[in-house]
Amino acid sequence: MSPVTYVRAPSATEAVRMGSEPGVRLLGGGTNLVDLMRKGVEAPSGLIDVTALADRVEQADDGGLVIGAPTRNSVVAAHPLIRTRYPMLSRAILAGASAQVRNMATVGGNLMQRTRCLYFNDAAGSRCNKRVPGSGCDAIGGSNRYHAIIGGSAACVATHPSDMCVALAALDARVRIAGPNGVRTVQLVDFHRLPGDRPDIETVLDHAEMIVAIELPAPLKALHSGYRKVRDRASYAFALVSVAAGLSMQDGRVRDVRVAFGGIAPKPWRAIRIEEALRGIPLVPETTAAAIEAEFAEAALLPGNAFKRELAKRTLTAMLNELAGDDA
Amino acid sequence: MAIRVNGEDVPPPDDIRVSLLDLLREQMNLSGTKVGCNQGACGACTVLIDGRRVLSCLTLAVQADGKSVTTIEGLGTAENLHPLQAAFIEHDGFQCGYCTPGQICAAAAMLEEAAAGMPSYLTSDLTTDRIILSREEVQERMSGNLCRCGAHNGIIDAILEVAGERRP
Amino acid sequence: MSKIQNAVIGSVRTVIGWVPAGWLPGGAPDPLIERRAAIGSQASRLDGPLKVAGQARFAAEVVMERLCHAALVHSTVTRGRLARMDTQAAEAAPGVIMVVTYRNMPRVGPLPLMGMADLSAVGNSSLPILQDAQVRYNGQVVAAVIAETQDQADHAASLIQVDYEREPARTVFEEAKAHARTPASVLIEKNHVSVGNAERELISAPHSVDNVYRTPGQNHNAIELHTVTAAWEGESLVVHDTTQMVAPSASALAKLFGLKKEQVRVLSPFVGGGFGGKGLWDHQIVAVAVARMIGRPLRVTLSREGVYRIIGGRSPSEQRVAISADAAGKFSALVHTGYSVMPPYGACPEQYTMGSRALYDAGSFEIVQRHVDLDIVPNTFMRAPGEAIGTFALESAIDELAHGMGMDPIELRLHNIAERHPLSGTPFSQHALKQAFDDGARRFGWERRRTTPATRREGEWRIGMGCATGSFPYVRMPGANVSITLRSDGTATIACSAQEMGMGTATVQAQHAADRLGLPIEAITFELGDSALPAAPMAGGSSQTVSIAGAIAAGAEKLTLELLRLAGNASPVAGLRPSEVRLTAGGIASTSDPARNESYRSILARAARDAVTITAAGSAPLEMFKFAMHSSSAVFCELRVSDVTGEVRVDRLLGSFDCGTILNPKTAASQFRGGMIMGLGLALMEETLFDERSGRIMNATLADYHIPAHLDVPQIDVMWTGIPDPRSPLGARGIGEIGVTGVAAAVANAVFNATGKRVRDLPITLDKLLTE
Repeated sequence: MSPVTYVRAPSATEAVRMGSEPGVRLLGGGTNLVDLMRKGVEAPSGLIDVTALADRVEQADDGGLVIGAPTRNSVVAAHPLIRTRYPMLSRAILAGASAQVRNMATVGGNLMQRTRCLYFNDAAGSRCNKRVPGSGCDAIGGSNRYHAIIGGSAACVATHPSDMCVALAALDARVRIAGPNGVRTVQLVDFHRLPGDRPDIETVLDHAEMIVAIELPAPLKALHSGYRKVRDRASYAFALVSVAAGLSMQDGRVRDVRVAFGGIAPKPWRAIRIEEALRGIPLVPETTAAAIEAEFAEAALLPGNAFKRELAKRTLTAMLNELAGDDA
Repeated sequence: MAIRVNGEDVPPPDDIRVSLLDLLREQMNLSGTKVGCNQGACGACTVLIDGRRVLSCLTLAVQADGKSVTTIEGLGTAENLHPLQAAFIEHDGFQCGYCTPGQICAAAAMLEEAAAGMPSYLTSDLTTDRIILSREEVQERMSGNLCRCGAHNGIIDAILEVAGERRP
Repeated sequence: MSKIQNAVIGSVRTVIGWVPAGWLPGGAPDPLIERRAAIGSQASRLDGPLKVAGQARFAAEVVMERLCHAALVHSTVTRGRLARMDTQAAEAAPGVIMVVTYRNMPRVGPLPLMGMADLSAVGNSSLPILQDAQVRYNGQVVAAVIAETQDQADHAASLIQVDYEREPARTVFEEAKAHARTPASVLIEKNHVSVGNAERELISAPHSVDNVYRTPGQNHNAIELHTVTAAWEGESLVVHDTTQMVAPSASALAKLFGLKKEQVRVLSPFVGGGFGGKGLWDHQIVAVAVARMIGRPLRVTLSREGVYRIIGGRSPSEQRVAISADAAGKFSALVHTGYSVMPPYGACPEQYTMGSRALYDAGSFEIVQRHVDLDIVPNTFMRAPGEAIGTFALESAIDELAHGMGMDPIELRLHNIAERHPLSGTPFSQHALKQAFDDGARRFGWERRRTTPATRREGEWRIGMGCATGSFPYVRMPGANVSITLRSDGTATIACSAQEMGMGTATVQAQHAADRLGLPIEAITFELGDSALPAAPMAGGSSQTVSIAGAIAAGAEKLTLELLRLAGNASPVAGLRPSEVRLTAGGIASTSDPARNESYRSILARAARDAVTITAAGSAPLEMFKFAMHSSSAVFCELRVSDVTGEVRVDRLLGSFDCGTILNPKTAASQFRGGMIMGLGLALMEETLFDERSGRIMNATLADYHIPAHLDVPQIDVMWTGIPDPRSPLGARGIGEIGVTGVAAAVANAVFNATGKRVRDLPITLDKLLTE
């Protein structure tokens, strides 16, 4: 790890000011950034600790919630309002990492975490376009079990590793961003970028900006929801495929449906096509299968991850059937 | 400001890179906290900060400034064992003993989390505050602590015994 | 291993075969088998309080003045030359004391490879260590940075710029097979065994299977990192290491650095997990050489990545197993051949055919192992080397044969269990695999297994049962020494250089010594982990317990002689010969007339001695050559496979072991379970991802190399026959490794029973169980 300075931001305004210095990074729980600094993947000159800032879950006027960016993952997962109104989000957070990591990691940091691609993390010995733009990608012809089957590019097929963000994507969450020119809000599904030919640019966040909060709109009525994570060991492993799904049925038809995938794309993957295809119709196996097929029509499968299309399809199908329960 | 370690104040290190783990082991000779991976993947370095279990390897020591740190040495000693430590011996919840302090620190915090009603991925009813620590619940909640000797059964047995004693 | 070795071992076996059993160790059963008190009791670990309190001091926790730290720089290419190394920035970095490369590293010879001939030859790699500009594998150490703190060393190491001239490398297993070597021997066994004409039997038999099984590389992943601290005191060297070969390391270091044996002291009381990986590798050599150069104590702790880079693991393998049987299920042929990696500079032959040589009778055998040469960090012994993956292939094949024949797989096995060693014809010293299967099947509820696969289901889960045989040979190592000090206050101290790495060595040997010396266990202290103590051999082959036990037994005989001498003519035991007395109840007593006795206190008091100390060596382990001594087990598994995701969840595991006397049921059960959990990892998730394009290990972290987490591990039932082996000390055979064996096959067989899908390449990940 390179020498680095450290300061605790006394306020969000100060954090934005200090964070806009070149080479400086904001520090949340450090569960990803400190590890990457030790691996030589990241080498900031200074760290601005933002964990002393507003780390609260508050009710919003529109019936939704506002979660302060420095709030620890475990606090969000255990919060009574999250557990009762957005159980999918609790479940997704609890599926991630370990209790120790969740106690450290912040919501903002969770959004900003980097991929776990083996080649991205091997600064000394592997080529990676995300780490060094234009250097090449060793993952595409190498070990790519954990890589994207959709949304990737010839330059990069790395996945975003978050569980929490998958649920946030399904819940229509927004990201509140503060910058030198004030505050703006973007949809979470628009916050992360697809790699294209610039996989090093991962979000729409400008260097001088910081995430201050996540906004959750009011919960949908009568939505049965869940989060299922499929992985290589029973716990404490990143997702091969994860699914956040919500479903409400009315008179035997789908009134509303929310679907987002993790583990298969460079960003939390909101499956708009599936949702549109299913809304307003009865949940029957053929149409569900066709809707999922359509979502993955452009999937680019690699030898190591081709199985994930089938896995994603089966996992979602099983979840929808379970959520529909007696209503189907 | 200072870092309070097992009740004793120590100044934060000058070198920002020093992890809480290295501060404990290298500067304070509190070597009960172990280094297994130094990358947040094994749980051997688990300590409690303000009562919450965290990984000391991924915590910069300066981040703990103004906070209270409890290590295995603060839980109990060989002469005056914490109930979890005694249960680990009774149930043979270790072999080489290297992951053990991290397992015990994690277990101590885990019991508090459960008592406070914190759910896990396996908790079927997320709305309840009453957590029943089944074997599977404890296994899930302890999965951040790896063991390579294979003492898993004894570890879970030991924790379940202490959890049972604490149940009102 | 050579043809000469085959001839030597062959002649030893022949000669020993002629020698009457009574003349050899194990000729008469150890009397302690009949009269034991502390042995067999559920003693908790003596070091438990220290370990749970974090007060057990491991190697990196020795406090030292003026200590400096090292960071290693690893090659990022597989073969080539160091064309340019720019170390200036590193040398100028804060806190840096020295940058070491091949240019300034003191000249040290290569380590002699671990072998059968020389007990101080314990090297895992014979490659030069920082001696030249040549790169021979990806991850090889090319530089070391020495600094005041670890953070400073790590940072400076990242500033070193290396340019390589790349050369072609051998990194593709499939391609290298074409140039595989066929060694004359594998460990102490002749490699190629051909009995009858197995290939012809395969063709003509009514039932047969013939398949290829693949297993990936794996890593030990002890949770404690490899770490060594070297401190020179003048011309003497003190090394605080974490090693499973304390005394052999000291000898090897003395030889390598031109020192007398007394000038080197290696200390390693606690080892935070070894599993075969904690031996002598490059980092200790760097530490010792550089500490001398800088005149300060030096600690070299490998990063977790560093462990993957320079400490070899289990070799990948490709194994063919073919078995044929007659209509009644009697085997007519057993073929077990294959390939594993063993570069010429490595020491581990990955002996995966050992089980196939010892477990079953077959009319004909064709067994041979071939070594593939790749440019890699040399693989080494990893818990149950060979047997762990060999039993996967063999025991999967038997399950496949049984299924094809419509026969219960246990019945098929029992039908073919060898009564004598199937290849040598030597009688087994003790062998109760049938009982292990019978007992295990009853406890497990094997009769509830559905014979037709894929017929049991609960919700989305398909449920299945499987079983397999586990196998591990008995080994007692030569060269085990102990000292016994008996004091006038009725206490005794046993000392030997061996380390404690979770097996419960001190606990079990204290139990043993208590019974051997006729003292209560509280009166025994066991000192260990220091090469200044009487030398114990390396911990390998599950041999440490019986090797030390043999030395304690020999020590007790010597002590008896010495006590009789000290007792003199005034003692009630005067005139008795050693063979006519036993050590019991804190003294010596006549075997035939226990009333004739005298306490140690009394003998020592009369002789005006505070204490008496003897040192003794265990006898040569000739029983291994006279008898077939082999442990076996029956492993049972019940699991679920998700029809949706292909995820496998193991619900129940049972191991039924036939390993002789169980010395401490509590710690033994833990060791069996621990082995089985490593077997579970082998079956379901463990794999060292080796990028064949670059020759680089890609998942060099505990996040990306999965070992079982708590939620993966079911409650594991263990049981044992407990029948003493009349030929071994205490009637015991080693138990540290057999737990791993058979598990992967039991899991694979249960997966087949659950789903009807046969997976022949490990690990059994969910993608292999998803079918479109």
